[in-house]
Amino acid sequence: MSNNTAQKQPELVQLLTPEGELRRHPDYPIDISAEEMRGLYRDLVLVRRVDTEAVALQRQGELGLWASLLGQEAAQIGSGRALRPGDMAFPSYREHGVAWCRGIRPRQLLSMFRGVSNGGWDPHEYGFHLYSIVIASQTLHATGYAMGVQRDGALGADGTAVICYFGDGATSQGDTSEAFNFAAVNNAPVVFFCQNNQWAISEPPERQARVPLYRRAAGFGFPGVRIDGNDVLASLAVTRAALQHAREGQGPMLIEAFTYRMGAHTTNDDPSRYRVSAELEEWRSKDPIERVRTHLTNEGIADDAFFAEVDAEAESIGERVRRECRELPDPDPLDIFHEVYAEPNGHIDRQRADFADYLASFEDADAEGVR
Amino acid sequence: MTEALVGEGRGANGAALVEMTMQQAINRALDTALREDPATLVFGEDVGRLGGVFRVTDGLQAAYGQNRVFDTPLAESGIVGLAVGLAMNGWRPIPELQFDGFAYPAVDQIVNQMARMHYRSRGAASMPITVRLPSFGGIQAPEHHGESLEALFAHVPGLKVVAPSDPNDAYRLLLQSIRSDDPVIYMEPKARYWDRRQVVLDGARAQAADTGGDPIGASRIARPGRHATLVAWGAMVHRCLRVAELAAEDGVDLEVLDLRWLKPIDTDGLAASVSRTRRAVVVHEAPLTAGLGAEVSSLITERVFCDLAAPVQRVTGFDVPYPAGPLEPQYLPTIDRILLAVQRTLEF
Ligand SMILES: Cc1ncc(C[n+]2csc(CCOP(=O)(O)OP(=O)(O)O)c2C)c(N)n1
Ligand SMILES: [Mg+2]
Repeated sequence: MSNNTAQKQPELVQLLTPEGELRRHPDYPIDISAEEMRGLYRDLVLVRRVDTEAVALQRQGELGLWASLLGQEAAQIGSGRALRPGDMAFPSYREHGVAWCRGIRPRQLLSMFRGVSNGGWDPHEYGFHLYSIVIASQTLHATGYAMGVQRDGALGADGTAVICYFGDGATSQGDTSEAFNFAAVNNAPVVFFCQNNQWAISEPPERQARVPLYRRAAGFGFPGVRIDGNDVLASLAVTRAALQHAREGQGPMLIEAFTYRMGAHTTNDDPSRYRVSAELEEWRSKDPIERVRTHLTNEGIADDAFFAEVDAEAESIGERVRRECRELPDPDPLDIFHEVYAEPNGHIDRQRADFADYLASFEDADAEGVR
Repeated sequence: MTEALVGEGRGANGAALVEMTMQQAINRALDTALREDPATLVFGEDVGRLGGVFRVTDGLQAAYGQNRVFDTPLAESGIVGLAVGLAMNGWRPIPELQFDGFAYPAVDQIVNQMARMHYRSRGAASMPITVRLPSFGGIQAPEHHGESLEALFAHVPGLKVVAPSDPNDAYRLLLQSIRSDDPVIYMEPKARYWDRRQVVLDGARAQAADTGGDPIGASRIARPGRHATLVAWGAMVHRCLRVAELAAEDGVDLEVLDLRWLKPIDTDGLAASVSRTRRAVVVHEAPLTAGLGAEVSSLITERVFCDLAAPVQRVTGFDVPYPAGPLEPQYLPTIDRILLAVQRTLEF
């Protein structure tokens, strides 16, 4: 075995332990009000509820597919809440928690997983780009966007920063290395936020890399840090610092959020084929929500009434998500011809017109529809 | 192996007849290849322990070990680049790219490297690589999981391209591809993975060389008919057979030609069929413009222009990005669109 495996586990920034105790960190001081703390708890609970509902909706045939964020709530809510309104986020396809923080409605996410659209929102409106299915492609987009920010002169204490989300598996793609290098060479204001959830479908991190992922950054010439990805405070504080670092023109940073994918890769996947339940049990004890609840209780920041209120809100959101999903309009077949090009296109218009005639011929014949 | 040995029997020259799905047939062909040739290697994303996202490589790692069947890091360009290097060192790689849309990140290694290494090295470095590519649409998957890349790859000098339409062909054409000393893009119609049919399994290695008779590039008449030829490949063959059944109810006798090899195309088989029926409709899932239907149509016109009673018709996907799941049935050539094209050619 190589030296790497012999080395002890790397340091990991943790500000809130699984037991709900606050820890100080010299580089990442955090000053958080009771109000904010309760807000984070609420976010965590609500996104988990949306996620649970979406999994159920897929099981009931209402969604084609769902990629669950279960277990990764803290990584996403912490970093998502660190963003400012003018910042730009580039997600992969599991960032429902970040989407939540950016103001995307659950039904907009569901519309993509129901197949009603390939996107569902205007990236500029929310400062949240469309989900990227082609692994790691967004790392370069984030870097390019950040270089645009640089050229706009939008850097400084109140400037714009860019964040890019991707998984442990995505670090193996050439695109990711290229993005790291381009960002480093250009000192681009981008934060690379890698959620190492320990799995890329069936492949563990050992199949992707022989060094802890956060150390990749050093080779490209920028800082990398590993955080406890199940600690919402670490995620918030470290992302805030990294965004500030980028905003002020000091270049990129890599955050590796060490977390765990508690669910299947997607609803199509059967993880029992490749992983053992003991691992799941171990991570269950590090649950990202439980520790916040313990902390709120122990510190007397929240009472039973507060928890009951959040639970009730979660229930009503679950119910709303269910209803809104079923109410999503069926897509119009002729929609597929729209927005293929920015400019008018006679060729597409003709195909659309022919197809419209074809569809209309069924209405005339009162036939049972398309075979 | 996992398939139930239903209907097992013996075929003509002692070859075993087993009923199985296409996904199992591909698994069986990989198993045969790994067993008969120690130079073969199977690798890609999730092909090991998981057995692939479609279970096509199920059990192979357990049977042949991690040296022969292994998971790679997540990088398609890397997967094909690796295959090129292994081939240069005498191996016979069978890489898998997980889905059609994820072949695009590997295009440099496929087009600039794998396809022309033999040519550039003046024959010194052959590339006996079979890239398995779950392809085409029809399973209501998310974006990038329903692409048809055959025209792109058929355009590249040095590549062979094949798309089976049923389990028996899936088995035979895969072995043929693996045994070929040229790089082959083997496109698996995922919508037909669960199609169950009898498969003639290879007997001894000795008789394997001819893989059951048909040479590389041979098409197959999936259904003989007199009034028009439907030309298709992959999952569209099945749909065309259905169209032929429906047309037969109206007294129209359609021939269905399963092209199988999209490069090289069986020009003789195509010409022979169309010169008999005098009419042709090409059906594919890929968009119309510069799709393989254009090539087929051209070949027909060049070869049997004087026999044609009507212009060649094309029924294809539209010139738009492959749509999200629920609109897939509308985008793909429908039975009715194919029937209408048949009608147009008959009434010309
Ligand atoms: C370029 C590309 N190759 C393959 C896939 C198929 N695929 C989808 S998700 C996935 C694993 C991704 O793992 P990771 O980056 O760790 O993200 P996670 O799913 O764990 O969030 C793979 C191989 C893809 N979407 N894109
Ligand atoms: Mg992962």
